[in-house]
Amino acid sequence: MTNIIVELSKYFMIICIAFYTLHGFIVFKYNNESDRNGFYLMQNLFMILIHFSGYVVLSLQTEDKTILVFYAMQQVLLIAIMTLYRIIYPLSNRLIVNNMCMLLTISFIILARLSYDKCMKQFMIVVAGLVISLIIPYIVRFSRFLMRKFTYLFGIMGILILSVVLILGSVTNGSKLSFTLHGITFQPSELVKIIFVFFVAAMFAKSVSFKNILLTTLFAGAHIGILALSKDLGSALIFFIVYIVMLYVASGKIHYLLLGVMSGGAACYAGYKLFSHVRTRVIAWRDPFSVIDGQGYQITQSLFAIGTGSWFGMGLYQGEPTKIPVVEADFIFSAISEEMGCLFSLCLILICISIYLMFMNIAMKMKDDFYRYVSLGLATIYGFQMFLTIGGVTKFIPLTGVTLPLVSYGGTSVIVTLVMFSIIQGIYILRNNDIPENFSGDVSNADTDEYDDNYYEAAGNPDSEEYDIETDEEYEDDEDDFEYFS
Amino acid sequence: MTRTILNTSAKSSKQNKSTKKTKRNTQMHVVMYLFLILFLCMMGNFAYYIQFNSTEDVNNSYNTRQEKLEIKVLRGKILSEDGQVLAETMVGKDGSETRHYPFGELFAHVVGYSTKGRYGVERSANINLLTSNAYIGERISNDIADEKNIGDNAITTLNVKLQQIAKDALGIYKGAIVVMEPDTGKILAMVSNPGFDPNYIVSQWDELNAETTSPLINRATSGLYPPGSTFKIVTLLEYLRENDSPEDYRFNCNGRFTFDGVTINCYHGSNHGSEDLRKSFAKSCNSSFANIGSELNYDKYKRTAEELLFNKDLPVRFNYRSSSFVCNDKADTEEKLHTAIGQGKTVVSPLHMAMITSAVANNGVMQKPYVIDRIENYQGAVIKQYKPDDYKQVMTEDEASFIKDYMISVVEEGTGSKLSGLSYSVAGKTGSAEYNDQKGDSHSWFTGFSNVEDPDIVVTIIVEGAGSGSDYAVPMAKRIFDAYYQ
Repeated sequence: MTNIIVELSKYFMIICIAFYTLHGFIVFKYNNESDRNGFYLMQNLFMILIHFSGYVVLSLQTEDKTILVFYAMQQVLLIAIMTLYRIIYPLSNRLIVNNMCMLLTISFIILARLSYDKCMKQFMIVVAGLVISLIIPYIVRFSRFLMRKFTYLFGIMGILILSVVLILGSVTNGSKLSFTLHGITFQPSELVKIIFVFFVAAMFAKSVSFKNILLTTLFAGAHIGILALSKDLGSALIFFIVYIVMLYVASGKIHYLLLGVMSGGAACYAGYKLFSHVRTRVIAWRDPFSVIDGQGYQITQSLFAIGTGSWFGMGLYQGEPTKIPVVEADFIFSAISEEMGCLFSLCLILICISIYLMFMNIAMKMKDDFYRYVSLGLATIYGFQMFLTIGGVTKFIPLTGVTLPLVSYGGTSVIVTLVMFSIIQGIYILRNNDIPENFSGDVSNADTDEYDDNYYEAAGNPDSEEYDIETDEEYEDDEDDFEYFS
Repeated sequence: MTRTILNTSAKSSKQNKSTKKTKRNTQMHVVMYLFLILFLCMMGNFAYYIQFNSTEDVNNSYNTRQEKLEIKVLRGKILSEDGQVLAETMVGKDGSETRHYPFGELFAHVVGYSTKGRYGVERSANINLLTSNAYIGERISNDIADEKNIGDNAITTLNVKLQQIAKDALGIYKGAIVVMEPDTGKILAMVSNPGFDPNYIVSQWDELNAETTSPLINRATSGLYPPGSTFKIVTLLEYLRENDSPEDYRFNCNGRFTFDGVTINCYHGSNHGSEDLRKSFAKSCNSSFANIGSELNYDKYKRTAEELLFNKDLPVRFNYRSSSFVCNDKADTEEKLHTAIGQGKTVVSPLHMAMITSAVANNGVMQKPYVIDRIENYQGAVIKQYKPDDYKQVMTEDEASFIKDYMISVVEEGTGSKLSGLSYSVAGKTGSAEYNDQKGDSHSWFTGFSNVEDPDIVVTIIVEGAGSGSDYAVPMAKRIFDAYYQ
């Protein structure tokens, strides 16, 4: 009987997450939030089903009833998040809320399977993080004013925090990632990511004059340089990419992007030559089986897990994910693939992509440059971090030792990601409030195409027709330029 | 770009603001699509890995998850090229499983075993045998019914008849025989004596390990022997490379050759008289080849040997030991002269000797030897087909045809004359490798191929401690060729 349930639930969970993901993309077709409601509800249903079947299997396999109490607590938490967001922020983006809860659900299932204690801790951290994140959207309202006033303070604060870590930080995994205070480990580079995005957004919102760009680049370079010195090259890479993307979008000049990519390539090469732990990671990436006893151990274990699990997975508790070092953090994706199947993890990637697209959409729809850049920056952090961790454990790129946001175990990362999501929600709500009353029925079309964009433009400008033509022309021009430069 | 900027600056500030917004969205789109491409590549790589590349990795002996698969899958069969069962798992009425080898000792080394560690095909195809590619509905219903899926079958290139003849030919002698197709690398037979019965491997394990004759070792792949006169193939190749007119070579053999105070005797003191290079090779004249050896550049000689994969990894998927050639220009005369006639410190495995012979037969191109032809699901649908694969051109076509011509002379007028005048043509080289100072203690070698115009099979034989190649190994080769052309 147990076996039937374990096996059935494996396929059931794959089907549920496939439908969940599908609904998450179907909503992009509808412009009206009220039309989307049905899909959101279906998503909630599939989420609950996955969570339920996951925990049924866990309790059957461990023969531990207390796990069901824990399950109930999680269920209460997830429902609370969804209802609280609806009550406190009626205009919030439900797709983001749903996806956030879905990722947390997957995290709770796989973490409980890997280590009950860590799952318990993760749960506490999530509760704390959510309490913090519920007030964030309010703060976002004032952030533009704050940032305008204290821009440099934020830039300096980021550099200071990173410097303190560099000096005080304890050495972990060859990278100075964290320091411990009263028994709690902080990874300040996680928090600095957000501060950094706000700083750069504020700088570029003020002006994209060459002088200002140069100044911002100096600050960005200092951040990245300190991270590189701390040997936290994964974070350095994320900061770098975020900066290049923001610079390119704010300046609108393709040569900044090309210059950035080239200097990034040069920096990677320099890193390869300078740091032995970068070289070992590259070796472990190119031919992990030649160094299987040493640096290649992690990645080969990850590949074994993914490969053995194959499309449908081994089933919860049927694999050996705990053989992978730091499986709860950096390698959580491999554990999910091994036991829940590659199809399940492909859906997980699609959910992450859907989150990224929604963040980008919000960035594109914002009128105010500061909020545009903040959304863009946070979207880039999220997307690129997801790419680094999943690409790393599947041997698409070398391992960089970053976590999968919201799924991996890790206190600072979870809280910071929850805060990030809330900031985006705050921005989304602001944008909704921006719009005159008579348009409020249609404005939730946060995520669409050119037509929508022009429509929005029209809403802001009474004599918009003329401008629409202009913008189209300009748009064409820019396309040509882009092609030319690429 | 310049044009765009000029256009933009020419417009009124209000217009400018509006066009700038869409323009920036263009940049956002560029960034978004770049990221999407990255994500899709990552997903594609992941799915491709699962579908096509993971099997090889998962089969790694470091992957302890393979044992988990045994719980879920009934190990598949290993079959000969014509579908005869070489290994299968029998399920008793009580559900107990036994691995059955219908041919007992015959295929012991090459097919191997899976119940006491893993060896042979049982090892290299382990993951395939433990993976079921049966119809998906069947697999799901088996999963749910808690019944084992039926694993895939490995169809080998092995020929039962040739294997049987080779085993009979070797008889009570210790040694090894390899039969392979030179143009494909398919191994048709591989025998190692003494052997064991894999049906009783578990109960006899301790005795087999204690045996001084090492019956568990596959001598064909892991036995390293002095090559004796068969190595004159390599010496001849090096001579060709260092001399433009080999046909002008003359030597007068009086049964011994002395150089630098070192004396080399011809086998059993034979006196070959006046000879050219062809006769020296055909009669396997040690004195003449020691003479050649006294003129060679040993650094180049070593490089030639290494091009033929001495001191290198062999391009095979099964266990083997690397052959070694240690002599160089700094070595003393004794070592140099001994190396030239295949004595000294050089050692080679029968498989490797067969590969070198194959390269001669196949116009200088060495093929990668393989034993597994394809993987089928239990219903006979092909899952994976292994194809012949060039290793590389290890000697020029001219060199290969020159050596082939000399190997024909060995059979027609030299030490291999027992293979002349048959319904098929043969080219080859005999060897008597002395392995201790006592006269008469020598391994008997033959390596050669049949149908010299368009070679069909390569046969390489080593008979331990038997005596001269022409007396022992050549008649065995004849039995195998006879059986092949019967």
